[in-house]
Amino acid sequence: MKRKMETSELIFKIVAYVFIIVFALMCVYPFIYALSCSFSSAANVQEGKVVLWPLAPHGLAYKYVLTDNRFWVSYANTLFMAAVGTIWCMIYTLMGAYALSKKRLLGRHGWNFFLVFTMWFSAGIVPQYLNYSTTGEILAKLGGGEYADMDQKWLIILAMGMNATNVILLRNSFEGVPAEIEEAARIDGATEMQILTKVYIPMSKATIATVALFFGISRWNGYFWAMRMMPNQKYSWPVQVYIRNFIDLYSGLVNAPDEYSIWGEGIQVERGFDTSVLGVLSVVYAMVICAVIPILCIYPFIQKYFAKGVNMGGVKE
Amino acid sequence: MSNLLKYDDFLDYDEATGTYSMPQEQRVRDEAERNRWKEIGLSVLRDWRLYLMLVPMVLVYVLWRYMPMTELLAAFKDPNSAAAVEDQTWVGLTNFVSLFFGKTAADFWGAFRNTFIIAFYGLLFGFPFPIILALFFNEIRSNVTRSIAQVCVYLPKFMSTVIITTLAIVLFRGSGMGVISKALVAMFGTDSAIGSAANSPYGMIFTERYFRGIYQITGIWEHGGYDSIVFFAAVIAVSPTSYEAAQIDGAGKMQQMRYVVIPSILSTVVIMLIMKVGTLLSVGYEKVYLMMNTYNEPAAQIVATLSNKWSTPEGSSGGGNQTLGIAAEMVNNLIGMILVIGANTVARKATDVSLY
Repeated sequence: MKRKMETSELIFKIVAYVFIIVFALMCVYPFIYALSCSFSSAANVQEGKVVLWPLAPHGLAYKYVLTDNRFWVSYANTLFMAAVGTIWCMIYTLMGAYALSKKRLLGRHGWNFFLVFTMWFSAGIVPQYLNYSTTGEILAKLGGGEYADMDQKWLIILAMGMNATNVILLRNSFEGVPAEIEEAARIDGATEMQILTKVYIPMSKATIATVALFFGISRWNGYFWAMRMMPNQKYSWPVQVYIRNFIDLYSGLVNAPDEYSIWGEGIQVERGFDTSVLGVLSVVYAMVICAVIPILCIYPFIQKYFAKGVNMGGVKE
Repeated sequence: MSNLLKYDDFLDYDEATGTYSMPQEQRVRDEAERNRWKEIGLSVLRDWRLYLMLVPMVLVYVLWRYMPMTELLAAFKDPNSAAAVEDQTWVGLTNFVSLFFGKTAADFWGAFRNTFIIAFYGLLFGFPFPIILALFFNEIRSNVTRSIAQVCVYLPKFMSTVIITTLAIVLFRGSGMGVISKALVAMFGTDSAIGSAANSPYGMIFTERYFRGIYQITGIWEHGGYDSIVFFAAVIAVSPTSYEAAQIDGAGKMQQMRYVVIPSILSTVVIMLIMKVGTLLSVGYEKVYLMMNTYNEPAAQIVATLSNKWSTPEGSSGGGNQTLGIAAEMVNNLIGMILVIGANTVARKATDVSLY
């Protein structure tokens, strides 16, 4: 009896370890592959010879990316939009979630429904587009110019990135703060804003870190609306739009089979790169790596919080 | 008099006139109790700061989540008149009739079918995976090993759709040059369906036949690890004494799984399943948009991307127009909403747990 139990447990353990190790490697492999390809020579990348390690390594792809001004303009745009956008979203989400967590708030269920309804039903892409266009025109007018000439960064910062799930995560976390502490602060003469900043925020650090991470990441990663709202304002593009545009125009991965053999030689020759050494795909990989680095830098530090913060966040028992 | 004296401690005694009177505060409180609405009004006034804090969020949601819904009225108006939407004549359900049965019917139903198939496959393959992963994570006793593995499997969730689709496209790259296409060509030869798809100029993603499969694989790759967090929390909540009891009764590993672990995490599984069913029709359009070209469009076009296509000048050549696009996505989203509300009702009835 005992013997049989141990065998089944052992087999299960082995299967578990193998499964998890394989899946974990699969999750990391594409990034390692991209890194290796970004250092490899044109022919090796183009013919798919690179599997794990760089072949005939060189750093030209990074030289290309580092000297590509428009890439760094869009990089700076993304940094700006992610930083300001996250702060803006956090300000109204923190205040709103605090108000919603109060039982004495009049019409509390109504406000919650108001929020949750946006998770159930959205107007759709086209109505959203029309709405954003109007907003963009108003913002352009406020800035004293025409929509087409203006950079629409503020439209993206102000109007996008709201997320009802994040509000609910924060609200639930605030509801967990004991009422006595709030009472004590109130007796000491604290106003609502002071209670929020001095009591609630320090007591919900894990959830706040999680929510800020979610906002920041969705800002950093946003593609569709930036592409849709400013197709021609190239100097306002975030880096995701720039990368995808580069892929569409030069790489031949998605479109233009006739230009399959060109591999964007034009732009590289123009900038004095040897196309027999530097393939356009290596440039794409180098851009991907550059765009991923900020997330890789922040992620391990916040990773430990979000397992705690996310758990069943939206569920009301 | 003696009766009144009992209340001495909270009544005010005016020594000059020798009379008792209600204290001012008590009178205000009584008044408020008698008049509930007055109390509510007072509480709003007292808590005006609290309501002020709600204002920015409500404003943001009204302006950019609720205002777009007013644009839905265009679906009931005449798209052919050149006037602004407000001045167009009402045409009732005409747009919906032409959407369902007119020139664009084939496009719409094709997109609707694709939306449903992508969502259904996502449920079928994407849902069990994180549960299995969570059960396996529980087997890893070493905290360091498990943490490292978790850091790895959560990672893809935080990458942008552009990066994820780019990596998928290059790994399945055409002419058998991506790492995966190369392996598939080597395994199956170029004559097989898989091999020839891997050998096609753009690769497997841009073939009608394999788009859905790769969409699901990348979906699991992207979300599988992260989605296991919830299930893992449920699995580690199972008390060790339950395992011990089962072991003493002679239960093997599989029996422990079946009789101890699965029943304990069942409520979490049911909740998450219902939640997934609720979001069935909200397929991420960004990913589909980025993984689509003219070759795989018949299998990849979903209602949201079709609506987007119809709203652009170059996409409206096939008979679609912006109004029909609005109508199409409205139908899709209304069905989605009914699914969410239905799923939530079922959840409340079945498990006493509701999501919203």
